[in-house]
Amino acid sequence: MNQTLPITVTVNKKVYQREVEPRLLLSDFLRHDLGLTGTHVGCEHGVCGACTILFDGESARSCLMFAVQADGHSITTVEGLTKDKDNLHSLQQAFWEAHGLQCGYCTPGILMTLVPFLEQNPDPTEDEIRHALSGNLCRCTGYQHIVDAVKLAVEKMR
Amino acid sequence: MKPAPFEYYAPHSLDQALELIRGYADDAKILAGGQSLVPAMNFRVVQPSVLVDINRVPELSYIRGDGDVLRIGAMTRERQLEFDLLIAKRTPLLAEALPFIAHPQIRNRGTIGGSLVNADPAAELPVLMLALNARLKASKVSGERWMEARDFFVGMFTTALEPDEMLVEIELPAMPTRTGWSFMEVAPRAGDYAMMGVAALITLDEKGNCMQAKLVYLNAGDGPVDAQNAASLLQGERLGDALIESSAKLASESEINPFGNIHASVDYQRHLAKVLTQRGLRQAVQRAEGTLQ
Repeated sequence: MNQTLPITVTVNKKVYQREVEPRLLLSDFLRHDLGLTGTHVGCEHGVCGACTILFDGESARSCLMFAVQADGHSITTVEGLTKDKDNLHSLQQAFWEAHGLQCGYCTPGILMTLVPFLEQNPDPTEDEIRHALSGNLCRCTGYQHIVDAVKLAVEKMR
Repeated sequence: MKPAPFEYYAPHSLDQALELIRGYADDAKILAGGQSLVPAMNFRVVQPSVLVDINRVPELSYIRGDGDVLRIGAMTRERQLEFDLLIAKRTPLLAEALPFIAHPQIRNRGTIGGSLVNADPAAELPVLMLALNARLKASKVSGERWMEARDFFVGMFTTALEPDEMLVEIELPAMPTRTGWSFMEVAPRAGDYAMMGVAALITLDEKGNCMQAKLVYLNAGDGPVDAQNAASLLQGERLGDALIESSAKLASESEINPFGNIHASVDYQRHLAKVLTQRGLRQAVQRAEGTLQ
C-alpha cells in the first residue's frame, strides 16, 4: 500500500479535503480527483503550458507540482475565471470574439498565463504580448488570432 | 507519464531537512522549485525513493544586503530575484540575465539553489555565479562549508555537494565600480534552452584601460565555461574592436567545448559564441565607460 497524505486545498475559492498519493501531479489531482477538467494536460514536462494554473495568484505549471505541495495553498483554474458562460471574463469574451481559439486545447493555459500578465502589464505592446505567450504552445499554430484576442481584451479591460 | 512512487517528507525547518537527507542520503532527492526535477521524475529518468520537499522551510528564502555582499537563500524563487532592487543595483548582470531563464510560469517556481544544484551546462544561473565570483554555502547535520562557484560545478549535472549536504545560501559580491556587464544568448524560441550564451564583465581603471575581464559561457562544455585566456588577453589594454575580435576568436575556437545538438552544430555554436562575445564585450565596455564620466 502506497503512502497517502491528507491535504486541504482551496480551488476557485472552494475548500477541498482529499487523501492523495505523494506522486499524484497537481494537474491530475485537479482533473481526476476534483473533476476540474478545464486544466489541460499536454506534454507533462513543463514545455507546452496547457496545464498552467494560478498558485497563490501566480502562474505555474500544474504538471510540475505534486498535489501534496498544494496543501494549505490557494489555486485558481480556468473554471475560476467566471461563474457561468453568460458572464465571461473579459479575456474569455475577447478570445470568443476575436477567434482566439481553434481546437481550444491550449486556451485554458493561455488564459491563466495572461490573467496575471495583464494585471502586471495592463497596456502591453504586441512584442510584450508575444513574449508573454512564448511559454504556451498552440498546436493549431493560431497565434495571430490569439495575439488579436489579447489586444481586444486589453481594450475591453481599459 | 507519471512519477514512480516515493516516500514524501515536508520538513518545516532546515534542521529537520538536514536530518532527513542525512538519514536517506543517496536514496533521497531534495525538491526545491521542481522545474527540472519533476519533469525528470515524470519521464522516470529519476526515481528517488524519498522526496524531501523544502518548500515549507521559510528560513531558506531571502535576499539581504550584508556589508559588501548579498546573501540569497537557496529557496529564493527566480521571479523574486528578477524584481529585487538590491540585485538590480549591486549585480545588474544577474538582473539582466534572469528574464532569459525559461518563462515567468517557470521562474515563479524555480529557485536559485535548485538551478545551481541541478548544474545543467545550458542553464544561466551557474554561468552567472561563476561570472560574479559567488560563494556557496553547503550545510549538513554536522556542520557547514563554503565553496567558490568555480569549485562547486564539477561536471555535467554534477556538483561538489556530498549526498548528505544541502546548498543553503549564495553569497554574491557587489560588482566592482567602473564595471560594465552584458548577458546575451541565442535560443531557438524565447524561453527555450539557449544554443549558446555568454556573460561578460569588464572592469576599467580610472584611465579607461581594462583592469579585469570575465567571459563565461553556457552550453559550451560540461559545465559553465570560464574563458580565462580570452579574458586575460584584454587585461591592461584599451579595448578596441580588433582586440575584442581576437578575444572572441580565442574563446570561441579554443576555450569552449560545445557538443552540438539537434538545434545547433558545433560549428554553429562556435560561430554564435564568437558573435555574442564581440557584441557582449562591446556592450560591457560601453557600460563601463559610461561610469567614467
